[in-house]
Amino acid sequence: MRGGKRRMRKIRFSKIYSFALCGKGTLDLETQIGGLGFSRLVLCNEEEGVMQNYSDNSVSSTKYTAATFLPKSLFEQFRRVANFYFLVIGILAMTKLAPYTAVSAIVPLCVIVGATMLKEGIEDWRRKKQDIEVNNRKVRVHKGDGVFEYTEWKNLKVGNIVKVEKDQFFPADLLLLSSSYEDAVCYVETMNLDGETNLKLKQGLDVTSSLQDDYKFRDFKAVVKCEDPNANLYSFIGSMEFEEQKYPLSPQQLLLRDSKLRNTDYVFGVVIFTGHDTKVIQNSTDPPSKRSKIERKMDRIIYFLFCLLFLIAFVGSILFGIATKDDLENGVMKRWYLRPDDSTIFFDPKRVASAAVFHFLTALMLYGFFIPISLYFSIELVKVLQSIFINQDVHMYYEEADKPAYARTSNLNEELGQVDTILSDKTGTLTCNSMEFIKCSVAGVAYGRGVTEVEQALDKKTSSPLIHEHVYGTESESDENRKSSDGKARIKGFNFTDERIMNGNWVNEPHADVIQKFFRVLAICHTAIPEVDEDTGNVSYEAESPDEAAFVISAKEIGFEFFKRTQTSLSVNEWDPVSGKKVERMYQLLNVLEFNSSRKRMSVIVKDEEGRILLLCKGADSVMFERLALNGREFQDKTLEHVQQYADAGLRTLILAYRELDENEYKEFNNAFYEAKNSVTADRETLIEELSNKVERNLILLGTTAVEDKLQNGVPDCIERLACAGIKIWVLTGDKMETAINIGFSCSLLRQGMRQIIIHLDTPEIQALEKEGDKMAISKASRESVCHQISEAALRLNASRGTSQQAFALIIDGKSLVYALEDNMKNMFLDLAIHCASVICCRSSPKQKALVTKLVKSGTGKTTLAIGDGANDVGMLQEADIGIGISGFEGMQAVMSSDIAIAQFRYLERLLLVHGHWCYRRMSSMICYFFYKNITFGFTLFLYEVYASFSGEPAYNDWFLSLYSILFSSLPVIALGVLDQDVSARYCLKFPKLYQQGVQNVLFRWRRILSWMLNGFISATMVFFFCIKAMEIQAFNEEGRTTGRDILGATMYTCVVWIVNLQMALTIRYFTLIQHIFISGSIALWYLFLVVYGAMPSKISGNAYKVFIETLAPSPSYWKGVTPTTVDCSAF
Amino acid sequence: MSSSGAGAGSTDSTAARRNTKRPKYSKFTQQELPACKPILTPRAVISAFLLVSVVFVPVGVASLLASRKAVEIVYRYDSECIPKNVKNKVAYIQSSADKACSITLNVTKRMKSPIYIYYQLDNFYQNHRRYVKSRSDEQLRERSEENSTSTCKPEDMVNGKAIVPCGLIAWSLFNDTYSFSVNNRNLAVNKKGISWKSDRDHKFGKDVFPKNFQNSSIIGGASLNESIPLRDQEDLIVWMRTAALPTFRKLYGKIEEDLNEGQLINVTLKNNYNTYSFNGKKKLVLSTTTWLGGKNDFLGIAYLTVGGLCFFLALSFTVVYFVKPRQLGDPSYLSWNRNPGGH
Repeated sequence: MRGGKRRMRKIRFSKIYSFALCGKGTLDLETQIGGLGFSRLVLCNEEEGVMQNYSDNSVSSTKYTAATFLPKSLFEQFRRVANFYFLVIGILAMTKLAPYTAVSAIVPLCVIVGATMLKEGIEDWRRKKQDIEVNNRKVRVHKGDGVFEYTEWKNLKVGNIVKVEKDQFFPADLLLLSSSYEDAVCYVETMNLDGETNLKLKQGLDVTSSLQDDYKFRDFKAVVKCEDPNANLYSFIGSMEFEEQKYPLSPQQLLLRDSKLRNTDYVFGVVIFTGHDTKVIQNSTDPPSKRSKIERKMDRIIYFLFCLLFLIAFVGSILFGIATKDDLENGVMKRWYLRPDDSTIFFDPKRVASAAVFHFLTALMLYGFFIPISLYFSIELVKVLQSIFINQDVHMYYEEADKPAYARTSNLNEELGQVDTILSDKTGTLTCNSMEFIKCSVAGVAYGRGVTEVEQALDKKTSSPLIHEHVYGTESESDENRKSSDGKARIKGFNFTDERIMNGNWVNEPHADVIQKFFRVLAICHTAIPEVDEDTGNVSYEAESPDEAAFVISAKEIGFEFFKRTQTSLSVNEWDPVSGKKVERMYQLLNVLEFNSSRKRMSVIVKDEEGRILLLCKGADSVMFERLALNGREFQDKTLEHVQQYADAGLRTLILAYRELDENEYKEFNNAFYEAKNSVTADRETLIEELSNKVERNLILLGTTAVEDKLQNGVPDCIERLACAGIKIWVLTGDKMETAINIGFSCSLLRQGMRQIIIHLDTPEIQALEKEGDKMAISKASRESVCHQISEAALRLNASRGTSQQAFALIIDGKSLVYALEDNMKNMFLDLAIHCASVICCRSSPKQKALVTKLVKSGTGKTTLAIGDGANDVGMLQEADIGIGISGFEGMQAVMSSDIAIAQFRYLERLLLVHGHWCYRRMSSMICYFFYKNITFGFTLFLYEVYASFSGEPAYNDWFLSLYSILFSSLPVIALGVLDQDVSARYCLKFPKLYQQGVQNVLFRWRRILSWMLNGFISATMVFFFCIKAMEIQAFNEEGRTTGRDILGATMYTCVVWIVNLQMALTIRYFTLIQHIFISGSIALWYLFLVVYGAMPSKISGNAYKVFIETLAPSPSYWKGVTPTTVDCSAF
Repeated sequence: MSSSGAGAGSTDSTAARRNTKRPKYSKFTQQELPACKPILTPRAVISAFLLVSVVFVPVGVASLLASRKAVEIVYRYDSECIPKNVKNKVAYIQSSADKACSITLNVTKRMKSPIYIYYQLDNFYQNHRRYVKSRSDEQLRERSEENSTSTCKPEDMVNGKAIVPCGLIAWSLFNDTYSFSVNNRNLAVNKKGISWKSDRDHKFGKDVFPKNFQNSSIIGGASLNESIPLRDQEDLIVWMRTAALPTFRKLYGKIEEDLNEGQLINVTLKNNYNTYSFNGKKKLVLSTTTWLGGKNDFLGIAYLTVGGLCFFLALSFTVVYFVKPRQLGDPSYLSWNRNPGGH
């Protein structure tokens, strides 16, 4: 059974593809083989041990190994200025310089560094597990004697013969030898490489195509010489020596790792590149570690604080030097109780310079509390928690694909709140990348009652100009309505409803014969392959493009079911209007005139059962109307009108036409065509094109199809709201210009009344030059043309900017983009582009996408976000400040290189407007607050020094000092960073304007940061003077005892703890129970600590011994002193 | 592969529910926790300020009254107790001459027992790092730790023997003494219980006796009776608890007897302690205490000021609120629509 099926499939499909396929000569390059950069030598099918010394096939994406983890991650940790500073402090603390004990300085550092390293380790372990999964996938490999056995991917060696089966991924870069098809063709899906879903055809060399069975490899030997590993996906140069003959190799024979075998039962191939040598991995650059703008600014603040710290320490040590020098004058001791005559170097009046230098170090340690040690760690912790919130958001969970949002890095959460420009891929990102046949116009009559999304969008706008309250429920509801109104389950690719056509009713239409021909063209004129489910008899199709699939499917639904393709024929089940039955008709396939982007049309020539030779053609309106025969223009005006309407509705249109060829004409054409196909001259293609051109004339118009590249749910709404939030959106797509513009309309990126600036190079002059093939001349002319177009557009823009409110849209194609991105022109281009409301770059290559992203990022200095789903977007995602991967289909390449993955474009709205807004707000408040609390604390220390003749004696107990950042002020600030929200999610979405807060960076300007710092200084000053005034010299309790250092210190410390926590309470806008617990908990914890620590033996607690129990608690003046200080500072 | 898995799951809804990656709904993960969202409405702000002033003003008044009730006599004697003819005060104070001095204090207001006696030093940096660190807690606590004097330099050893108590603090022990008489009747000065109990019980050992103290070439302050354990040397204990600021008072003793207004107290003091080197002042203080401690108006004034300020702010906000009200949530006030200000 299976064998029979296989035999049926053994058709020479290469025949269907008439041209543009067969290997273009690499002959001129062959001379390079063996030379520099082309040194790779692959001995195919050698025994173990004879293998060359190439790397194995295991891949690793981890940052550390078990051995390097400790040194490398420690190095990473101490590369941070603040951590390094604390390390130095920790080391210095072991010397006598330290104003406090070494342990109390090192413990916090160890806690922080240890926790961060733990986090790194866990993250790397996850990557490791993923690698292990990939490396242990199984593939069948030739073990000698024609036996193939399963082995793990990682064990593959260069030169191995592997057998890959249907729907498997290629484990390495393979050289295709043979496939289940006779002529060694196979279909490959390169989704993971370039994001394209259509299948690509690869073909092995003729000489190896017969190696179709396992046993034939017993004695197979060949030598492949080829280029060295490189990152270029679309080139491959090499030669194969087989049976003493040399054959050139081209990319046509290369099967790349991470692409997938489709539609072919199995292939045999030789491993050429393994592991890290494969083109995919060569292509994947290390994900650049991105840091958010806020963090980079935070670094600057830390540097600023360091300067402040150094300044204060410097001032302190000078004053200390003066005071110390004063102690001993001509042998007379001033402060005799310090014994300046018999002093250590640190306090020696005789060596006052070095004493001051040492004191400077001491002061650096003491005032180190200005630098928040736990800042980095807290930020990381908060970010991880924020990411969890993103991952857990049910509003960003995509039910159909069972995919929640997934933040892969947590570094960029707050950057999400500052996005200025979104650069979006189109296919698969804005659209589902599934085409739906929705309308058609046949014989000048428009059919199809479906409503496109663009029309829906327009309806919505006119019916309710008010702001829509955004509720996710309604969206899916309307979607369901649409579904249920169809009455039956929807068929993928077919969204056509019209009772005039459906259920065979088309027979009663005035032009029934035209309708019949129309759908026949749809059923026949394509290159799709049917697959019949043998149980149910259902037919499904594998098509090169989703458009084609949609056509075949709709033809089937109307009653023209294409079900079988053989080498030379196509079979269609047709509903016959005369007999009212289904009739099987066979069409003999004579020729296929392939689609390509310059022809913009494809045709098939078939012979029907009556022996008529028909040329069936479909193509873009721009090329089709001029090819119509005089008698074929009956419906031209009407059809044109409909084409226009469809385009406005955001649909992709194709014109269908046909002609009958008489026998002689066809013979003449066929002979010429056959000759041209088999010619080996350089102008073979032009020859073929001319011939096709000649025959595709005098066509008779049938009508036009309208296909909707279905937008993903909610895309227009989302884009509109993002635009409301002031975010600019650029679309970068590989599609052709017309499609891109259509999509632009349907996702409300382009609107009626926008003036379009189109920059392209499809001018006759340049096309003429291209024919001549003079590359220099082409590039010169193109450059001039682009430059001219840009400057002209800029002038137009400037002229209208003053007068009217008209919005501009810039559309540029890939060829022009090449020149527009050149150094001397890119600023001009950018200037033009940022003044346009929308920008669409079509036909852009992955590299151009990345370049455009880079241009926007560096040119405007604003935050850019790139969103895409395919591997062709990887460069863009990595280049942008934030890369968002759409985890829609199987392609994981984009997701793997993204920072955050979401399942649908529409979730971007929530991600940015809600999570981004919150995270930005939280992070900026948190950082400001961090500096505030540490300055408040650190500055009291400095003020105390003023009263201790800058000797470096801290006001507080050692452990008070070191635990401040860790225990008594850290939890509330983390709660702020994780939980705070200024407004609820609903209001974030309702008022997109709030997003501008982040874009304009209102909350993290220097002014705001400095005012927080100033607040810290003032709080510290107030605490200090309130305390020393209130506890001055008099007895502070009824027993007449006076205050000592311990009491003053503990009181001041209490004030600081109260103040920073109450300040936190004032900062928080969203007071949940958690914040309550954390804030009051921190204060309570301080008291608890004071009691517990005080109760410990005096050996440990030093001067804090029983301070609280005995002295502070019973004293009302302590309590009372704390209150007004606190209230006062908070009120400020 | 994955799509087929999902398809199978959807037919069996329970299985789907089990395998789904759908995030679990909880108020916490969806960030919808019930919360109080304080909005600073004018009403709330004004009432908060009013509340603060209502609480603070009475407390301030009470504190001020308490502070006023405490009676304090401060007498500076450092310059007075040097004979007029002495030029070099430092040389005089370091000499071994008898430095007795007699002063008279006037009781301006009735003082109820207990009356606390303090000495007040000025410009004396007991909080200097070198000074603070120059002690050995182990040695003070336990007899066996007698030789742990490494932190005490240069007052650690004399003639190769450990000093107990070692260090600069102990060495510079204050050594002026006072005796009081009213109408030629001696007033008893109670020196028991002037130190903190925790210090006596846990920081100074009952079997640690002074040794080799003040035996070195330079004599600092007071010497100690070598037959009394450190625990009972309360002057030392008080002194060892270092002061926070360069101006400080330390408890000298208590007079457990009421003094009436207009009474004259004769104080005979020994002016031994050298504050002349560093231009420090010496003062003798007699003071009573209230529930709030000694005499200090600052706290009361602070409370009153804060309370008053809050009241004033509440008042002015009320005026603004009624004269020029603004609507809550007016977007034109958004900070990026105008100049951002404040925090």
